[in-house]
Amino acid sequence: MDALDLARLQFAVTTVYHFFFVPLTLGLSILVAIMQTLWYRTNNPVYKQMAKFWGKLFIINFALGVVTGLVQEFQFGMNWSEYSRFMGDIFGAPLAIEALLAFYLESTFIGVWVFGWDRLPKGVHLASIWLVALGSNISALWILIANSFMQQPVGYREVVGADGVLAKVEMDNFLDVVTNPNVLVQFPHVLAAGVATAAFFVLGISAWHLLRQTNDRDFFARSARIATVYGLVGIVLVIIVGHSQAQHMVETQPMKMAAAEGLFESEDPASFSLLTIGDWEQREEVFSIRIPKLLSLLSYNRLEGEVQGINNLQDQYAAQYADRYGEDADYRPPVAVIYWSFRAMVGAGSLMLLLAVVGLYLVLRDELTRVPRFLKLLPFAIALPYIANTAGWIMTEMGRQPWIVFGLQRTEEAVSPNVSTAMVAFSLVAFSVVYGVLMVADAYLLAKFARRGPRDDESDAPGESVSALAAAK
Amino acid sequence: MELQDLWFGLIAILFIGFFFLEGFDYGVGMLLPFLGKNDRERRVIINTIGPVWDANEVWMITAGGAIFAAFPQWYATMFSGFYLALVFILLALIVRGVAFEFRSKDENPRWRATWDWAIFFGSALPALLWGVAFGNLVKGTPINAEMTFTGNLLDLLSPYTLIAGAAGFVVFLLQGAIFLSLKTDGVIRRRAEALAPTLWIVVVAVAAVLAIANYAYINIFDKIGVNPGVMPVASSAALLAVGYYLRQKQFGWAFALTGVTILLSVATFFWFLYPNVMVSSTNEAFNLTVNNAAASQKTLEVMTVVALVFVPIVLIYQGWSYWVFRKRLTADSSLEY
Ligand code: HDD
Ligand code: HEM
Ligand code: HEM
Repeated sequence: MDALDLARLQFAVTTVYHFFFVPLTLGLSILVAIMQTLWYRTNNPVYKQMAKFWGKLFIINFALGVVTGLVQEFQFGMNWSEYSRFMGDIFGAPLAIEALLAFYLESTFIGVWVFGWDRLPKGVHLASIWLVALGSNISALWILIANSFMQQPVGYREVVGADGVLAKVEMDNFLDVVTNPNVLVQFPHVLAAGVATAAFFVLGISAWHLLRQTNDRDFFARSARIATVYGLVGIVLVIIVGHSQAQHMVETQPMKMAAAEGLFESEDPASFSLLTIGDWEQREEVFSIRIPKLLSLLSYNRLEGEVQGINNLQDQYAAQYADRYGEDADYRPPVAVIYWSFRAMVGAGSLMLLLAVVGLYLVLRDELTRVPRFLKLLPFAIALPYIANTAGWIMTEMGRQPWIVFGLQRTEEAVSPNVSTAMVAFSLVAFSVVYGVLMVADAYLLAKFARRGPRDDESDAPGESVSALAAAK
Repeated sequence: MELQDLWFGLIAILFIGFFFLEGFDYGVGMLLPFLGKNDRERRVIINTIGPVWDANEVWMITAGGAIFAAFPQWYATMFSGFYLALVFILLALIVRGVAFEFRSKDENPRWRATWDWAIFFGSALPALLWGVAFGNLVKGTPINAEMTFTGNLLDLLSPYTLIAGAAGFVVFLLQGAIFLSLKTDGVIRRRAEALAPTLWIVVVAVAAVLAIANYAYINIFDKIGVNPGVMPVASSAALLAVGYYLRQKQFGWAFALTGVTILLSVATFFWFLYPNVMVSSTNEAFNLTVNNAAASQKTLEVMTVVALVFVPIVLIYQGWSYWVFRKRLTADSSLEY
């Protein structure tokens, strides 16, 4: 592997890892805030217990989200200096705005919330968790605005260098950058994915306790009920928005859709692939099970309409960009990865929908806690949103390849010229080792506190005070 | 004034905020294993910065983001050029941040001891390396006509930059000790109060070496002549006054004046640097300056509006959070970490 491949691998490793923690932060911050609001409104102590217990798990997860985010902020300069020079005029702004609007907010108020239980008026303390939730989700908005520019560049102006070659892009219209049509579908999808992630997390842990008949039945039954409703809302929104995203993708990045569907030749009406095995080198399909017309329906909401195939698009792009990259440049992303990650995401999403609907049915009949066969599934279902989130990003980012900024810069042009293979190899190994160790510690703590339940939690570290203990003696 | 000059100033302010706030919190992290003799004491020490360290660190993130937005070329050259140094800083900050959250969540003494040392090294390494990095910005590094850094890690380590690193390191230690003397009570407070005057002597010594090094290793003469001007002089005066207040046991004043020293030193640094943002030791013509490294006017305009609206808001609520947690922590305070 050369420096470019290693830099890509490092980006993929560090970013996928960061995003392992992010969706739970997005969704659980809101859910904890809702629980605490219920306490504020009803004064029922079980809701306070909920906010504390789920809040503790939230904090453990949050810590890793924060520290892995640090790497994200700097690695565009470290590994992708040519990208930063080319794109920085547009890309830097949302990143800086994200820090100013969101990171200060969430990091200040998370401290206030964690340490403020006994120190602040109830209302102010409640406001602080809502501000954490707001900060996290605003942060998602701005980073996705940045990412959307890479998917669909808008609001920019090309600057041509002395040699007549495109040298960089500059901001032309900030409002256009912020209201990028891509972010209008991407942000709701990610937000709703966060809601679904948090819901399945809470559901899975609650189900585990309900199955073991621990003495916190009421606590976990209530948590599970709230999470079921929250999860159903989340997953339905994810799927509805996901559908709009797919339609948007057909328009703006048809190559990504063609790869996601394993569609080699254009079709009208286009069929939807249930299973395609292709010869990726020869660019043809070997075997395929397809549902006629469904892809056209998904893409355009009607039973006909051409969806372009990989080979047609390759020829089209080769001609279109011939003066910049020559006539033989390859514009095909790694089809197999994209095809399967799309299926993993949609598959996981469909299962989640199924579980959430069954869950709601049981909740409405007040039987949720009495069906062990269903409860047994839920701890395993925690994996589903994680699979979908990771697969979703892999598809989004790898499907854009070979472009780093669609239509403007190719990934191989973006890498830092002075960062050697040895340097990237070193940092890749170092980050992977540290991240690996932290993942183990994180999983250990999450499991420990999740298993312990809320009761013990009250007497433990948070709010623990030596004088209170002394008084109790 | 041009917008790129304004942004140079704003980035200076972000770094001042960062070194002012994160300075004492690195210092507290470095002092942790030495001033906290048992687990309870260590928890008290960590809790003094518990509610604020993350927000303090955001000053650094914002400074990084602001450099990216306002001076993309600077961002690209500096972070790719200082690649390995930055990898070390990031790794240190990663384990440090996680350590704060994780160390008290398990009773096993080995677990806790491991995270305590993670906090120590995670604070010490960045405390040292930030000074080295800033030393390199003024001293100059090999940069070619394409604005690409052509040196290696060893080029970044020279006597001058190591002295700059040491200066930051000891100032942060001092500020950490003073902070602890203000925020704790009982035995930790006594230890911190006893340590601070000794640290102050070390700081004065290193600062004197740095002052000489400034004349010996970089072209300060060409730029400002023998008379260094009011900022560095005021900065030194503040540092000397710290010694006085430490002896008087007026730690609030000592903290404020160490803060002034940090503020003025960072301001002096940026003032020396201007109008460059990175100096090329290969050829002066290849320097990165506020002009050739800046973003377009459009971007700068947008960012200026955003900064003018939101920086004051941030200052207000961050200040409020310090006020909420203004009380001293004692061995029987309620502890989160
Ligand atoms: C859709 C959401 C999302 C995405 C795509 C990203 N992040 Fe992130 N990031 C968050 C959502 C988020 C968050 C939910 O807001 C986090 C997680 C935990 C936290 O504290 O904030 C966060 C933390 C976080 C932090 C630490 C903030 C702190 O110290 O409080 C930084 C510096 C970044 N991120 C930067 C990035 C960059 C440069 C990304 C692009 C590659 C990125 N993130 C992708
Ligand atoms: C947090 C969720 C994200 C995940 C999981 C993710 C995942 C990935 C993956 C797997 C790649 C590798 C593609 C390849 O090399 O073939 C990649 C590339 C890239 N992504 Fe993302 N991405 C995420 C968010 C973002 C965001 C928000 C941005 C920009 C703001 C971004 C910018 C990039 C860049 C610059 C590359 C090019 C480097 C490369 O090709 O490896 N990513 N991403
Ligand atoms: C079941 C129906 C779903 C559909 C039709 C769908 C559709 C899509 C599409 C088309 C994209 C790519 C957007 C682009 O590259 O422009 C995408 C990305 C993504 N999906 Fe889904 N999705 C579904 C379910 C899910 C679920 C259940 C989750 C997680 C809980 C999820 C999380 C993500 C994430 C994190 C991304 C990357 C960010 C983005 O580009 O929005 N998706 N999805």
